[in-house]
Amino acid sequence: MELMRSHVLVCGGTGCTSSGCQKIINKLDEQLEKHEMKKEIQVVKTGCFGLCEAGPIVIVYPEGSFYSRVEEKDVEKIVEEHLLKGRIVKDLLYKDAIVEDQIKSVDEVDFYKKQHRVALRNCGVINPESIEEYIAFDGYKALGKVLTEMKPQDVIDEIKKSGLRGRGGGGFPSGLKWEFTAKAEGDQKYVACNADEGDPGAFMDRSVLEGDPHAIIEAMAIAGYAVGADMGYVYIRAEYPIAVDRLDIAIKEARRVGLLGKNIFGTDFNFDMEIRLGAGAFVCGEETALINSIEGKRGMPRPRPPFPAVKGIWDKPTLLNNVETYANVPQIILNGAEWFANIGTEKSKGTKVFALGGKINNTGLVEIAMGTTLREVIYDIGGGIPNGKAFKAVQTGGPSGGCIPGDYLDTPIDYDNLIALGSMMGSGGMIVMDEENCMVDIARFFLDFTVEESCGKCPPCRIGTKRMLEILDRITEGKGELEDIEKLERLAENIKVSSLCGLGQTAPNPVISTLKYFREEFEAHIREKKCPAGVCQSLLSITIDESCKGCGICKKACPVDAIVGEKKLLHQIDQDKCIKCGVCIDKCPFKSIAKR
Amino acid sequence: MKSLQELEQIRQQALEKVSIRTDRKGTRIVVGMATCGITAGARPVLMGLLGEVQKRKLQDVVVTQTGCIGVCRLEPIVEVYKEGEGKTTYVEMTPEKAQRVILEHIVNGKVVDEFTIGAYEK
Repeated sequence: MELMRSHVLVCGGTGCTSSGCQKIINKLDEQLEKHEMKKEIQVVKTGCFGLCEAGPIVIVYPEGSFYSRVEEKDVEKIVEEHLLKGRIVKDLLYKDAIVEDQIKSVDEVDFYKKQHRVALRNCGVINPESIEEYIAFDGYKALGKVLTEMKPQDVIDEIKKSGLRGRGGGGFPSGLKWEFTAKAEGDQKYVACNADEGDPGAFMDRSVLEGDPHAIIEAMAIAGYAVGADMGYVYIRAEYPIAVDRLDIAIKEARRVGLLGKNIFGTDFNFDMEIRLGAGAFVCGEETALINSIEGKRGMPRPRPPFPAVKGIWDKPTLLNNVETYANVPQIILNGAEWFANIGTEKSKGTKVFALGGKINNTGLVEIAMGTTLREVIYDIGGGIPNGKAFKAVQTGGPSGGCIPGDYLDTPIDYDNLIALGSMMGSGGMIVMDEENCMVDIARFFLDFTVEESCGKCPPCRIGTKRMLEILDRITEGKGELEDIEKLERLAENIKVSSLCGLGQTAPNPVISTLKYFREEFEAHIREKKCPAGVCQSLLSITIDESCKGCGICKKACPVDAIVGEKKLLHQIDQDKCIKCGVCIDKCPFKSIAKR
Repeated sequence: MKSLQELEQIRQQALEKVSIRTDRKGTRIVVGMATCGITAGARPVLMGLLGEVQKRKLQDVVVTQTGCIGVCRLEPIVEVYKEGEGKTTYVEMTPEKAQRVILEHIVNGKVVDEFTIGAYEK
């Protein structure tokens, strides 16, 4: 590494990779070569910056200039103006990075200012493929401290004192889990990392692995020391090729410098780890199914107890934590349990990463202190709802969670508050819905997902969720009956208590919570055969109103010739023929056609 | 990895390379690099400054660039912003002069009067 006068950081997360960051990097290289600046300016490919909405993102240090939606053709300008002449290219800056002609650096932009980054602290700051850069930002210092100054029990006590709870969904106190595994009898123990992130819309674990893979390696080695394991497995889905690559590179780098292997830091502690690829079944995020899958068996859950802490991988005591949980560990060791316990609420300590998606302006990844309200996340950081639409609900916890309506926007986010509202923290997906989302359709969407992903081992989940889906299908098609709501509720209760694993036990949650807060929408579908949000196709008809001038444009546009009418006279739609494609609505110059 | 010292050594070496991403304090050395500056030889000056900063392992010093400072006839111009000090403007710089600026001004805290724009104007 040479000392450079400027670093150009290009986001290399999955989001920015698909919007073409590699082209930008190639062009940067070419331009720097042309202007003979290769010795002064370093191009760094980092992990996710979090503001995926504005990608591809390029940040130029030392100024911290925040360029967003950069295209290949913009690179020449950035190089010639900014890098060569030192003039920041204002037109290309992120919209909030320039206020009243004042240029703000990346850490002053609202989206980042209100966040509290612990798990994501290195994402978008370091080159994830360079172990030196991780070490520069205090990497592996925590492992060194643990191995040379602390006993295994001290480490467990520190994690317990910090109040860290599992970030994968359940929120089980991590320190206790560590203690159970440490106390379990066994000649061989394992630590494992659950990187089988399956909730639709959640991508925080992927981003941590892509942006800061060494943090996971360091944390797993610390956990190995604490519980008495010398081997670790990371179970990660094959659909995350960039994360797998970077983790693989990181493991090799750590072995090269002796941070994995034998006698780490000159002590008698040995630790190594391997990657296990998952094929992307949702149920493999469930811990016992995951363990089966690591062993090469079919990914189906086992009954608990025995818990993995007693009988895990190959029936040996196994500590299993989620990626984000591990990402917090080195920071807790370095800064102390009290520092961590000071962040957050009484029962939920630290921070949580959320993947913001749906009807929100700043789609992306945010990390906030526990206790931040939903409103702050959605409006202050997320930038609110696009196109001036009204907020309707926010879905948290993925297919195991629920929808929270607007009345509860000022609820501070923590494990217990979300459960009290009938949702859950889950892995941290946060999907915002506006007035144009039909809640029956949303419930149907999530249930459709769980039916699809149910492993089929236990009947309540295999058959029960399928029956629920059929009822919801009926309701959205206008064939529902009032008893259907009761049937749904009864089925939901039964599936909840009788399913084998977490997948089935939480599968009815999206239905229960939408029924709780949006019952009138279900009733409108059943009684009036209407979809108030205008989503359920079977319940809508397209009609032409009196303002029709009889121009005939819609008639020509209709793909099934469902529109009839003489020139200059009111046109009509033959409802039997109409396929509700909506082409006529877009074509009508007088806005006379609407879906109702 | 055999010891904490070994880790610390790697950390120190890597830290100075990446500190420009985190530090926005300390000393800023700005080189005028518009057409006028570059033609007058700003690039060797910049490289001279960088080399000297690296050689002396100076922390909290950022070498950066700007556009035309306005007095094109006096280029290459280097401006130094030290914390708690006003701006110092050095004119008609060369790589050799740059080395002296780093040594005397940045390290020892004494402005090199003879290179400043004030001295030139007299």
